[in-house]
Amino acid sequence: MENIYLIIVLSPLVPAIIAGLFGKQIGRSGAHTITIAGVALACALSLYVLKAMLVDNLPVYNETVYQWASVGGINMEVGFLVDRLTALMMCVVTFVSLMVHIYTIGYMHDDDGYQRFFSYISLFTFSMLMLVMSNNFLQLFFGWEAVGVVSYLLIGFWYKRPTAIFANMKAFLVNRVGDFGFLLGIAALLMFTGSLDYYEVFAQAESLAGMQINIIGTASWSVLTVACIGLFIGAMGKSAQVPLHVWLPDSMEGPTPISALIHAATMVTAGVFMVARMSPLFELSETALTFILVIGATTALFTGFLGLVQNDIKRVVAYSTLSQLGYMTVALGASAYAAGIFHLMTHAFFKALLFLAAGSVIIALHHEQDMRKMGGLKKYLPITYWTSLIGSLALIGFPGTAGFFSKDALIEAVGHSEIAGSGYAYFCVMVGVFVTALYSFRLLFMVFFGNERMDEDARHHLHESPWVVTLPLILLAIPSLVIGWPTIGPLLFGDFFGSAIFVLPQHDVLAEIGHDFHGPLGFLLHGLSSPVLYLALAGVVVAWYLYLKNPLLPAAIQARFAVIYRLLDNKYYFDSFNQNVLARGSRLLGTGLWRGGDVGVIDGVFVNGTANTIGRIAGVMRRLQTGYLYHYAFAMVIGLVVLVGWLIW
Amino acid sequence: MLTLTHFLMLSGVLFAISIAGIFINRKNMILLLMCIELLLLAVNFNFVAFSHFLGNADGQIFVFFILTVAAAEAAIGLAILVVLFRTRASINVEDMDSMKG
Repeated sequence: MENIYLIIVLSPLVPAIIAGLFGKQIGRSGAHTITIAGVALACALSLYVLKAMLVDNLPVYNETVYQWASVGGINMEVGFLVDRLTALMMCVVTFVSLMVHIYTIGYMHDDDGYQRFFSYISLFTFSMLMLVMSNNFLQLFFGWEAVGVVSYLLIGFWYKRPTAIFANMKAFLVNRVGDFGFLLGIAALLMFTGSLDYYEVFAQAESLAGMQINIIGTASWSVLTVACIGLFIGAMGKSAQVPLHVWLPDSMEGPTPISALIHAATMVTAGVFMVARMSPLFELSETALTFILVIGATTALFTGFLGLVQNDIKRVVAYSTLSQLGYMTVALGASAYAAGIFHLMTHAFFKALLFLAAGSVIIALHHEQDMRKMGGLKKYLPITYWTSLIGSLALIGFPGTAGFFSKDALIEAVGHSEIAGSGYAYFCVMVGVFVTALYSFRLLFMVFFGNERMDEDARHHLHESPWVVTLPLILLAIPSLVIGWPTIGPLLFGDFFGSAIFVLPQHDVLAEIGHDFHGPLGFLLHGLSSPVLYLALAGVVVAWYLYLKNPLLPAAIQARFAVIYRLLDNKYYFDSFNQNVLARGSRLLGTGLWRGGDVGVIDGVFVNGTANTIGRIAGVMRRLQTGYLYHYAFAMVIGLVVLVGWLIW
Repeated sequence: MLTLTHFLMLSGVLFAISIAGIFINRKNMILLLMCIELLLLAVNFNFVAFSHFLGNADGQIFVFFILTVAAAEAAIGLAILVVLFRTRASINVEDMDSMKG
């Protein structure tokens, strides 16, 4: 199997290198042919691995492929841990990536950076596979940073736009904050276990939970809690949780395919995956779980509100992504890791679908992203309309769609959770359902229904996107619709994950729900009686009333609640706080250190100071060198007299 | 009666005069050379005086050597002085400061 895993990882990497370095030689069609072939191979092999796991009971693979270095008893290795969790992630990543590759042919058709783009997205696929398939923290960190770098490159893909450069810098810096915590978490684990290998660390989790560490003063902390919170701060950066979420909406400056691939379906879920992978650690730290729960719930609800006031089609979807990531995080905090991963999977399909559909609308309108200039597109873009409708229904959790199964199970799991903070989380996710429905259908109604608000010129050019764009939409719409039916049973209540996810019996909320689980149909019927569905429907109705029936009302509400609107429009002032306090503070600090420390002390005192002092002493000394012979002779005589006098004395 | 002390004092005075001549003189290089000659003569005077009072002729032989060297030195010194005058058009001691730091 080792060869298969190596091929899966390397098959996106090799085309990425070729397309990146020899893009000119192989041309446009060459670039997309090899990269798509590479990703398709990875996808096919991932599906084969998943099938082998499920049908043939392939044992868990945990081997070192290559030893990079061994320092002081710490082995730095490249290795693969492939169990069912990994296999599922591999399939999701490669499948969405394949769809996005195909879609890109249509979306980036006129772009000069065509080959470069394909190189980047293939490189991303490689990095993400390295991340999910890793069996040690070092490789995890490598994948973590590699996806960050590719994300940076892709957000700033149109590097001539100042906003794109600002956005990619912001994404990179905010992720640095998260990565700092992540590194500290890894370092804490390494320090107390002496190993980077997952299984070796997991084996010592119990003893770590008992150890105490003093961080500030004499307050002692559990080592495990500290490490878990450190790791989760990394996840907060990558998975865009409050307050490190600020980079994700701005990352929409990049081309739409990468918004779908990186900033919705795969990379941002790395944090969720990582926490699920580390479940043997997180499970033992109740404090860390509460922390995760509260952060996730806050993200789920409050970023959802922001989606209500955005007018840029991609930004609405971006805030929806933030909110859904919050849902996944809540599931992790409630110890329902399987529900989190399940939602991750369904979300990957329908959110990639929504983004790609948004991209299709954007192409049709010649790169217009403002929803106020859309409307009535249903008859011009039928395939895009139907697929977005499916995506939106899945997003709000309409009964029978994939999102319904994952979200309902997730909310119910949170409702059963006993961990501190679960009451708050339950409230947030419930209200979040309403908000989700409201903004999703606001988007749908504003774009596809109502008056046609685009200008005449744009209207004449409206036509459905080419097949390379619509095919991925259709292929993603199918799993968005049906993937929940066959998977909910084994994934949530069966033993699909086996030993990959560890849950303490007293935390096992999914098992509790599982007692009442009698197949997906039963779950569907049960869902009909829960308030979640009615909240969602209420959201749809409100959206319909506000944006179709009575389109003047939103403006009136906006004027009536100007304070709240301004708060939302300014994204709770996170950005201005970061700009004015953190960014400006750092710049002031930097300027101060530069002027005071570098120019003043180092240059002024040490470097130039030494030279100046020597120069001044020399300036005094040189006066002795008059150049007159008799002065030298006089000095000699005086010296001789003194010397002789001293000898005789 | 003349004692050794008188001779030594005379030679010391001569020596001091010539040293003072070297230092105080700011104008003429030739004076400098003359002072150096005088310096050597003061030393010779010591040799002769000691030779006489110790009853040993070695000192006086030494004086011949010194006088020879002094003559050679004066010749070379004057030759250098002529060349110096040709190049710098001056034998003023004040002008000779190219070793100034």
